[in-house]
Parts: sequence; structure tokens; C-alpha cells
Amino acid sequence: MKNIAVIDYGVGNLHSLLKAFAGFGVNVFVTEEINKIKTADAIVLPGVGSFKSGMEGLKIRGLVETVKNFAKTGKPILGICLGAQLMLGKGYEFGELNGLGIIPGKVVKFPKLEEKIPHIGWNEIYCEKSKWENTILDSVEEKTDVYFVHSYILEPDKKENILSLAKYGGYEFCSAIRKDNTYGCQFHPEKSGRVGLKIIENFIKLI
Amino acid sequence: MLKTRIIPRLDIKGTNVVKGIHCEGLRIVGNPVELAKKYYLDGADELLCMDIVASLYQRNFDFELLRSLSDGIFIPITVGGGIRSINDINNALRAGADKVAINTHAIKNPALLKESSEKFGSQCIVLSIEAKKKPDGSWEAYIDGGREHTGIDAIEWAKKAIKLGVGEILLTSIDNDGTRRGYDIELIEKISAFSPVPVVVHGGADSPESFLDVLKKCKPEGLSAASVFHYGDFSINEIKKHLRKNNFPIRA
Repeated sequence: MKNIAVIDYGVGNLHSLLKAFAGFGVNVFVTEEINKIKTADAIVLPGVGSFKSGMEGLKIRGLVETVKNFAKTGKPILGICLGAQLMLGKGYEFGELNGLGIIPGKVVKFPKLEEKIPHIGWNEIYCEKSKWENTILDSVEEKTDVYFVHSYILEPDKKENILSLAKYGGYEFCSAIRKDNTYGCQFHPEKSGRVGLKIIENFIKLI
Repeated sequence: MLKTRIIPRLDIKGTNVVKGIHCEGLRIVGNPVELAKKYYLDGADELLCMDIVASLYQRNFDFELLRSLSDGIFIPITVGGGIRSINDINNALRAGADKVAINTHAIKNPALLKESSEKFGSQCIVLSIEAKKKPDGSWEAYIDGGREHTGIDAIEWAKKAIKLGVGEILLTSIDNDGTRRGYDIELIEKISAFSPVPVVVHGGADSPESFLDVLKKCKPEGLSAASVFHYGDFSINEIKKHLRKNNFPIRA
């Protein structure tokens, strides 16, 4: 059975995430133990909250290097929402802070828009379609709605690390990132109905 | 483009979903777990689960019930009723809630809004307002499931709560709740005119036309309804189709 470690670093609601994974017959467990994380077949970094509290949560548990090293092994990683933002190099919520730096880039606040911030709700993701083949977005329909809740956005340095885009208040931003087998979704697959479950199933297939 | 959310509301008392008129005269309409599942499969964009007597009886939301309700439901769930502390919010989130709606204990202790939105993020904290029109034309905020008046002006209270950090407003019109005479446009206009945070409206929805009407006039971010779904007059899908046909952005 595939072992998937959901990293517990003190951030919120894991209920639906665990249920979503368990529905595909994998052994999914919540842990902050370095050994259990190292030996897992894939890891998920969930999270809501600020970049600062997220990085501190990882540091206190001594998990920063653990996650970085896991990425080097080539085993799949999925960051969700704050977990995706932490994959990047720098964050600018409550001052400049270092992220995990697995994917080059930074996390910035939405620019001033007509629309309300946070960006909460269902919105479309899109990209050049060929980019999605054999990734977590494989066979997901272009312009499918997924569920977002965030005020900060992913800004990868390289275009090749943009897996999908989305648009809010006329402003186009990166809604998912990818480098090798490390993925980050700004949206919540575990809250995105049938499409979200497909994305989780695709992630499991990467193992 | 961001979609307008269609949100079925489950008013829960004990182990039943109930529905009243003007928040009173409650009738049992079904089982919370079954109804939640049905609405999820029917295309709900989010679910709203309110324990309508928790505050009145000074008890907590039934988190065991929430746990079984949220199993197999992969859309956001907002939970309200009796939420009074950081600990309650933690328990709700751990049992499957994504957001908590606070009314009674926010009015009694406004600092809870500031403290909780700092701890969990604004996106997690919803201010629930239950408003009733006064003879002088202003709106008063009610607590304890629409039973107790507070003397607090609902509009001023919304402004204050936004400053304290809430990330969304759930606005229920007690006057229109359960009456099926359409949303309370006058009240909704007042709040959505200034709110920098998303507004979800509730109370009075009767048909696809009432959803369309409030969207045209006030552009709320979320449309919540109970009776219209519980009594099976219109499905979520029928309402969504009608709104899409009229060029409003709605999730398919």
C-alpha cells in the first residue's frame, strides 16, 4: 500500500484532506515525525494561515531540511494553499521571510484590485493544455472551477514552473506550480468537489 | 471569473434539520447527514450548517454530528451556532468545518472576532448577522437564533466587525426568513454597498427568480437558501441553470 504522510505543523483543518486520500485506498497519516516523513512514498504539505506561522511551524519541528531533502529524492510532494506558497523561496507576509525554496520564486500580496480580498470561492484554472499531461492536472478540463481562499499569490521566477493560471478582477496569477515531482496548488483540491478528487487521484498515481 | 456561490443552509436542532418562519415555528425536514450529501451531489458550492439552539441553550455545536456530516463532502462547510471561544473554533475546524459563523458570542464579546481572525485568518471567520427591521426603518441585530433583540444597529455592527477582522458576512433577514417572498433587497443593499468582504445573503428565497433578482440588484457573493431546497420545489441545478442563462457566473 502507498504511504502518504500529511505533515502536521500546527495548521488547521485536515479532515477532508485525509478523507479524500483515504477514499483512494492509500495509507494516509498525519505526522510530524522526521522518520515517518522520510520513509513515506509521498508527502502533502497542507495549510492555512500566514507564511510566517507556516515556516515557524516547520522550523520548530525541525522539518525544513526534511521537506527539502524529500524533494531531492524525486518522490512526489503536494503543497496546498499555504503549503504551496512555502515551496517558493521568499514570502512577504509580515516582512520578508525565507520559504523552503524548492521552486524558485516568491509569494506576494494580490495587487490592489476592484474585487474583494481575500479571493474566496470557485474560479477557473487554465493553461496551455499540453502542460497538464502526466501531471496532477492530467485530463482535468480546461477552465474547470476549483475552490480558492487566499490573499497572497504564487510568483514563480520561471515560466516553466507555472502549471496553471487563474484570473481575478482582471489580474492573471499563477494558480499551481510544478518542478519535477514537487507540486503546489493555490486552490484546495480537497474542497473542489469531483475535480479536486481527480487531482488527488492523479497525485497518487505519480507514486 | 469568480463564481457566485449557491449555498444550501441546514438549520440543525438536535439530530434533525428543521425549518421555521421568521426563525420560529420549527418543522423537521430531514436528516443532516443525508441532506448534506444530497446537496453536495446536486452541485452546492458550499454548505452552511447552523445549530440554531446551541447559543440559546448555552451548549456547543455537535462536533460528532459535524464529523459524520462532513465525511465524503468535498466542498467548503461553514458551521455556526454556539461558537464562543478559540477552542470551539479549533474543534469545529478539526471536525471538518472550513469556516465558522459567529453571532451571539461576537455581540457579547467583540474581541473574539479580532482574536480569532488573527489566529485562524480572516477567511475562516464569518460574522453572522440576524437582522430585523425596526419601525423607524433601521435594522436591529438579533441573537440566540433570532430570538433576542440587542438594541444594536445591524449596519453599524457589520462595519465594526469588519474592522475587527471578519472575512465574510452572513446576512440573514429575520423578516423574510422562511416566508419565501424573496430576499430582503433593502437590507442587503445597505450592507453590500460598503462591505469590503464577501456577503452571503439568506432569508426569503422562493424561486430561481428570487435568486436572479437579488443578484441583479445587490451582487452578493453568495446566495443561501433553505426551504426552497428542502421542500424540493427547485433543485440547485435548476437555479444555477437559470442564473447562467442570464449571464451570471455560476459554477457548472
